[in-house]
Amino acid sequence: MKSAVIVFPASNCDRDAATALESLTGHKTEMVWHQDTDLPNVDLVVLPGGFSYGDYLRSGAMAGQSAIMRAVKAHAEKGGAVLGICNGFQVLTESHLLPGALMKNAGLKFVCRPVTLEVSETQSAFTRFYENGQKVVFPVAHGDGNYFADPETLDRLEGEGRIAFRYAEGDNPNGSVRNIAGILNATRNVLGLMPHPERVVDPLLGGTDGIPMFKSLIEALS
Amino acid sequence: MTAITPQIVKDHGLSEAEYARIKELLGRDPNLVELGVFSVMWSEHCSYKSTRVHLKKLPTKAPWVLQGPGENAGVIDIGDGDACIFKMESHNHPSFIEPYQGAATGVGGIMRDVFTMGARPVAMMNALRFGAPDHPKTRHLVSGVVAGIGGYGNCMGVPTVGGEVNFHRSYNGNILVNAMCVGLARTDRIFLSAAKGAGNPVVYIGSKTGRDGIHGATMASAEFSEDSEEKRPTVQVGDPFTEKLLLEACLELMATDAIIAIQDMGAAGLTSSSAEMGDKGGSGIELDLDKVPQREPNMTAYDMMLSESQERMLAVLKPGREKEAEAIFRKWELDFAVIGITTDTHRLVVRHKGEVVADMPITALSDAAPVYERPFVEAAPQEGAPVFDPSRDVMQSLVKLVGSPDMCSRRWVWEQYDNTVMNDTVQRPGGDAAVVRVHGSSKGLAITTDVTPRYCFADPYEGAKQAVAESWRNICAVGGRPMAVTDNLNFGNPEKPRNMWQIVAGVAGIGEACRALDYPVISGNCSLYNETNGEGILPTPAIGGVGLLKDVQRMATVALKRAGDALILIGATNGHLGQSIYLREIEGKEEGAAPPVDLSAEKRNGDLVRGLIEQGRVDTCHDLSDGGLLAALAEMAMAGGIGAQIALPEGAAAIPFLFGEDQARYLVAVPSANAAGILAEAKTAGVPAASLGVTGGDKIAVKDVGAVAIGALRKAYEAWFPAYLGGSELPPSN
Repeated sequence: MKSAVIVFPASNCDRDAATALESLTGHKTEMVWHQDTDLPNVDLVVLPGGFSYGDYLRSGAMAGQSAIMRAVKAHAEKGGAVLGICNGFQVLTESHLLPGALMKNAGLKFVCRPVTLEVSETQSAFTRFYENGQKVVFPVAHGDGNYFADPETLDRLEGEGRIAFRYAEGDNPNGSVRNIAGILNATRNVLGLMPHPERVVDPLLGGTDGIPMFKSLIEALS
Repeated sequence: MTAITPQIVKDHGLSEAEYARIKELLGRDPNLVELGVFSVMWSEHCSYKSTRVHLKKLPTKAPWVLQGPGENAGVIDIGDGDACIFKMESHNHPSFIEPYQGAATGVGGIMRDVFTMGARPVAMMNALRFGAPDHPKTRHLVSGVVAGIGGYGNCMGVPTVGGEVNFHRSYNGNILVNAMCVGLARTDRIFLSAAKGAGNPVVYIGSKTGRDGIHGATMASAEFSEDSEEKRPTVQVGDPFTEKLLLEACLELMATDAIIAIQDMGAAGLTSSSAEMGDKGGSGIELDLDKVPQREPNMTAYDMMLSESQERMLAVLKPGREKEAEAIFRKWELDFAVIGITTDTHRLVVRHKGEVVADMPITALSDAAPVYERPFVEAAPQEGAPVFDPSRDVMQSLVKLVGSPDMCSRRWVWEQYDNTVMNDTVQRPGGDAAVVRVHGSSKGLAITTDVTPRYCFADPYEGAKQAVAESWRNICAVGGRPMAVTDNLNFGNPEKPRNMWQIVAGVAGIGEACRALDYPVISGNCSLYNETNGEGILPTPAIGGVGLLKDVQRMATVALKRAGDALILIGATNGHLGQSIYLREIEGKEEGAAPPVDLSAEKRNGDLVRGLIEQGRVDTCHDLSDGGLLAALAEMAMAGGIGAQIALPEGAAAIPFLFGEDQARYLVAVPSANAAGILAEAKTAGVPAASLGVTGGDKIAVKDVGAVAIGALRKAYEAWFPAYLGGSELPPSN
């Protein structure tokens, strides 16, 4: 599997994503600058965590308009895989590759801690190596992770099996509606999630629950 | 031009004698721009005029020290061509006036100090002191400071991995916000600030210059009074987004060989960066202020020279490399301008609108800055063993202690900091020291900040020794070899002889401990005048320590890991209750002698513990500090979710033994089969060690004394901070 990580100004999990991908795929990950207009020939594009453009207008809003996003959209429309983590999820909703919006955390504060998630959809290139209903622990680190969409959209997401991850009951760190932590697009090749799978790929750093996501992608896309 | 009146001189914080000296150095009256430049360069904040003679006595050298004090930050060699660069700095005065921006720009400033030397910042710590919890401003200040630290550090993508938070009424009018940054570079890619050579372009990079923060350094060099709120316009506003771009752009430029010297524009902005670079390089600097990127129209030379706008750097490039450097900064959408040139005149010459608006010998700003041997009055340390009620219920006291403002969980604080970004945080906040892996290797850096201000108040000398010893101990307790420290000396007004004694004794105590422990001071910062309406803070010489772990797989944490482990107490226990948390929180007394620090015992005991961890024989260890043995055991039990049963040694009185704060002690838990070997090894090494009991169950039980469930402890431990900041109740005052 060949992969690329987009670097927006003030992306700050770009290196973490690349390190995780390189350690699991054994291939070099391409770092793509936000002003570029073309993507290299890759199977997976990662929109990393961080504070793109300082998150000054709305989280992910300006990054959603950057030059490279046209190429990312084209990649997604052709069926290419796109993984948006944290700020990357915000960019995906702002650029309408995913529905809904990410609002300020219900507690109004930035929150960084491990949270327990429930894998609620395994039929995707991102989640096939998990069990349905499996509990996994990923860290979150965000101020705007409170997912919201109108009830019809939420019903559709649920009906189509597009809610990939939910916060375990009682462990929702941001007040997101229906405990949503991560969702798929209609064609199931775009995943956005607030928790950080790339931070749980090394037992020394608090767990390995992120590894099955990358293994799923490697199997699906290689 | 404005005539300089005595009032103008006074408003610039300069004494009459200092002004006379300026006239003598210049051979004429200064103009207003020059007066402004002198006032910031000669301020306490920039010149260290009250402390310099004492700081010179600190040990600053060791074979592994690559750069000691005097640069933007200190540098140590951590092997394999890797260098660790670190410093701690205060942003106390601005944070009291405007907590969010004050703390945020404190974080930004210390990060620039580290990355201007070529390092990528890899960890942040902060040592925070607030007033009494029931003081009307404290909640606002805590929430603002914590949000500001998070707001800046999180955006930078540098993990904030720990620190300290204390409350005491002496900080009611002067909170302390000390931020520490640790970075990594290659030993052969370290950048210094000496602007050597003439004819080299001086370039300005980063954000535009505005009118914010004018005279911040002068503000930080005076006491506060009721009108300190009016100083809000001197607080700078931070933009972490720009700083993140500046970091990446600087590191990209540093990968070339275009830079001769580089320095961040911190306190006193363009003035201090240009004067210090010229001073260190033995060169002169000519600046053309018309070239300075400006945020607003009609800025005067005075405004530009004294602005403390954030996220700016000054660099001297090799001639002809300007285009290449500019391309990098344009890519990152930052300002870049050649604003001057180095000369061989040893003068700082400033032009604006075609006129020379300042022309001063650089040595007059730096070397000729006043140095004071301020008078001090030696105060006898507090002495004696305080009286306590031996009949109090131990377990009730323990629950109260772990739920007290200074002892309870800081989760509310550190969950607002991204502490795992960069994917190298091996030990998160909550342990003795944070551990961050050196990226791409198996090495780790252990980092901690420490000081116990109530000890320093009782005995400035022993208290300062204790701060160093505790830092050293915290690093040993995770298995690190302590390498070097940065010190952040927070004191009151040095012009008062009693305060000056605290400074003199404190620096001497740090010096003695650092020498004995082979733990040199490589960088630091002084924050004096922490007084409001004549009320000073507790002396607070915060120590930021860094240690090295050869292999992060061989590391100890505080959490109990297995039932049935033997609990071994390392170090001697005399039951020292003077100035203890127990005495303050349970008996309501702040009395007695501070615990004495035996540095040779520290060394012996710490070397033994670190050796055991390095050999893989100990993976569970906690240093004993605030709250003594029983508080440490409670923390270990709560972290691991495993209880313990211990017994007092024969003849020991329960309260002093369990809550005394004797120094040089550790509590370790080891598989019982290994206990005898460790006890024998301790005996050979001359280290007191005793088996106290075993781990297991769901409570802490002390034979013949009492027991308490971990759940009850945890409830008290976790409750205070969220309840306090949630505003649900007014906690007790300390």
